[in-house]
Amino acid sequence: MQSSSTYSRRDFLKNSALIGGGLFLGFDMLGSGRFDAAVANSAAGLEGAFDFNAYLSINSDGTATIFSPNPEVGQGVKTSFPMTVAEELDFDWKLVKVVQAPLDTVKFERQVAGGSQSTPHSWKRLRQAGATARRMLMEAAAKRWGVDVATCKTDKGVVRHPSGKQATYGELAAEAAKIAPPADVPLKDPKDFRIIGTFVRNVDNHDILTGKPIYGMDFYREGMLIAMIQHPPAFGMKLKSLDGAAAKAMPGIVDVVSFKNNVAVVGKTTWEVMKAREAVKAEYEKEADLESTADHDRIFKELMAGGETQVKRKDGDTAAAFAAAAKIVEAEFQCPFLSHAPMEPMNFFADVRGDRAELIGPVQTPQSARDQIAKLLNIPAENITLQLMRIGGGFGRRLRPDYALETAELSSIIKAPVKVIWTREDDMTGGIYRPAARYRFRAALDKAGNITGYELRGVGINAGNPVRENNFPAGAVPNVLIEAVDHKSPITTGPWRAPITNFLAGAEQTFFDEVAEAAGKDPVTMRLELFRQAQPPLNNEGKPTYDPQRFIKVIELAAEKSGWFKKRKKGVHLGFSVYYSHLTYVAQVAEVVKRKGKVSLQKVYCAVDCGIVVNKSGALNQVVGSIVDGLGHAMYGQLTFKDGEPEQKNFNTYRLIRINEIPEVEVYFVDNGIDPTGLGEPALPPLSGAVANALYKATGKRVRNQPFAAEGNGMEGIL
Amino acid sequence: MATYTLRVNGRTYTTDVAPDTPLLWVLRDHLRLTGTKYACGVAACGACTVHLDGAAVRSCVMPVSAVGNAAVTTIEGLSEKGDHPVQRAWDEVDVPQCGYCQAGQIMTAAALLQRNPNPGDEEIEQAMSGNLCRCGAYHRIRDAVKLAAKKG
Ligand code: FES
Ligand code: FES
Repeated sequence: MQSSSTYSRRDFLKNSALIGGGLFLGFDMLGSGRFDAAVANSAAGLEGAFDFNAYLSINSDGTATIFSPNPEVGQGVKTSFPMTVAEELDFDWKLVKVVQAPLDTVKFERQVAGGSQSTPHSWKRLRQAGATARRMLMEAAAKRWGVDVATCKTDKGVVRHPSGKQATYGELAAEAAKIAPPADVPLKDPKDFRIIGTFVRNVDNHDILTGKPIYGMDFYREGMLIAMIQHPPAFGMKLKSLDGAAAKAMPGIVDVVSFKNNVAVVGKTTWEVMKAREAVKAEYEKEADLESTADHDRIFKELMAGGETQVKRKDGDTAAAFAAAAKIVEAEFQCPFLSHAPMEPMNFFADVRGDRAELIGPVQTPQSARDQIAKLLNIPAENITLQLMRIGGGFGRRLRPDYALETAELSSIIKAPVKVIWTREDDMTGGIYRPAARYRFRAALDKAGNITGYELRGVGINAGNPVRENNFPAGAVPNVLIEAVDHKSPITTGPWRAPITNFLAGAEQTFFDEVAEAAGKDPVTMRLELFRQAQPPLNNEGKPTYDPQRFIKVIELAAEKSGWFKKRKKGVHLGFSVYYSHLTYVAQVAEVVKRKGKVSLQKVYCAVDCGIVVNKSGALNQVVGSIVDGLGHAMYGQLTFKDGEPEQKNFNTYRLIRINEIPEVEVYFVDNGIDPTGLGEPALPPLSGAVANALYKATGKRVRNQPFAAEGNGMEGIL
Repeated sequence: MATYTLRVNGRTYTTDVAPDTPLLWVLRDHLRLTGTKYACGVAACGACTVHLDGAAVRSCVMPVSAVGNAAVTTIEGLSEKGDHPVQRAWDEVDVPQCGYCQAGQIMTAAALLQRNPNPGDEEIEQAMSGNLCRCGAYHRIRDAVKLAAKKG
């Protein structure tokens, strides 16, 4: 259709406002009050594009542009979301162009990357976006041909009629976009999926693999300044005085300013700013306790014994169960603080001018960042634009937009566009860590080895709630007591991939191994027994907090694939673990081999129930990545403190897992057709439990505290 | 400040910077070649890996004054169209998660294959062990190196 190529997008926006009752107007990046660059970035290539809804426009050249609203932090939504839209649109994936949508609270809900919630939240709305547009295209074709829409079919971007008539979506786009979007369009039967469930490669691969400037760190704008911000060197310290004269006199330096407890060095290039930072003379003074790791160990001991305790769950009477017990099992587990350490350090760009602001950068919670900045600078939220860049890893760190706030504040002070870059040292010493925690588990067993009582006491340092009281074994054991204590510390903490459960799950699953041993039961059989009798507690909506049948399924699958109940070769030892988090069920078996006295972790078997797998490639990446992540941090991760100051400041002392240390990993998905749940986190929590349990079988030694490879533990070299 | 003439990706650039400026920041800030990444600045992660006369080096600790006449290759210059065997293998295996470390991984792998077109598992692990991937994409990195070796 020729006319569509001359039909500009701007005209379309105008016309659709007149004609298209209920039709989304698409991205009004062309509207007034936006900055030039945003227009240049987003309007390019949109000539002849027809918007069907917030997620999708069809272009007259036969391609489709699918907008991905959620931040892409490596979890793969920028590929899996558009796949879902394209599936219901019935389009050729090769002709899809994916564009990262900016923050737009009118068009999109929950533009957040976190909690593995993007997929379950968006599944239906993405499918509807595609299906509705498909229906509009069919109606346009039917109208054009004067046939009944029910006789039309679609096939990979083409509408066909039994008479032999056919038209591509691109040819129909202009007419179709004018049709009022129908409500309640039926969705595909999952068995007809062609794109969902296949191995689809990351849509940004070409840009990533050729070094295109797609990350916040790479953002450049003519005339922008570069800044670094120095924070107090220790938690519990504040800025006392600043002499920035020497730094300001250094080459390339524009200004040295302080605000709150920050000292910002602003200059033209990164290296000049880095060098000038060394010349900053800042004095700091104590404003709160300067805690060391030794203090934390003492605090854990004290609070395990007493302290302000919150009872999170109380079922039955554990005191009576323990009094009547034939056997009592008890164990304590502890984990250190961790840095998120995403490969791309924190950075952000802000250009604040009067009562407007343009923000660009990596953040997992763009709306919250914008709203907090609006409040901080006292400017209306609608005067702030936020453009998302691909994010070089988050692991929860970029749920907190502190670095975006300080960038915006700095820009408003120096009245200039500025990109703030944190060094690795700034990142590792800058706080918002995975909190340190200690747990005590107790189980009461009767003569037959049944668990009659279960107690968990969790002590966290700025951990908020360090326990998960509604999860298993609540509902599977008659008498349960779960308590929590939180110590308030100047050391800042935040969610770290699979918050709390990243350590709690492995500890719990190690404890269950100990319980099984005391009960004289096979650890897998014992868990199956527990789930067969479980009556899960109900959540606020009156639904069970977990599904015992789905638990059983992943347990059986992992046991089968690992040969758990089969005879094993000499020297081969298996450890089991299973956990439910973020709506996904994961069972894992770690295989440790002991030969000639040398113990090594060889393999991890993993069974996952996340419902429908949207992108096979992305799903495997997330599961295997989570296993590697969980293993590396369980073995080596620790951030320690001396007088409030982190002792590890960079990768030369903060140890991460490397390529020569990875076990083989086999992943199996349960195929049950249930709506998909997220995978960014759930394969991490159980992993350390499976490894610890396998190590116990091979060595007779229980590793309960992380990092496992701490000095004197004898676990160095198992990877 | 001093003037340096650098040969990068087959082009000649002249830049006026302090002699101790790491090659990484010359590439990123002055030449606007931001494919080479910063992640640690202390030669501990490999994100900043570039080739100097074909050998993999950490550009974050290499002062510009030490580059001399060597030919610098960055990820942008590894191939004209992004079709170097290592890049093609990385795409086919779909290695990237967040992707931030991958330019460094690719440059290290390309230098390895240049030296040793058929590396064994241990040689691959050894050569690649200086490159961190916080997302844990190591299995696919290993598979992609092997595939790239096949593609030659
Ligand atoms: S940035 Fe150069 S090795 Fe890490
Ligand atoms: S892919 Fe994220 S750090 Fe390697």
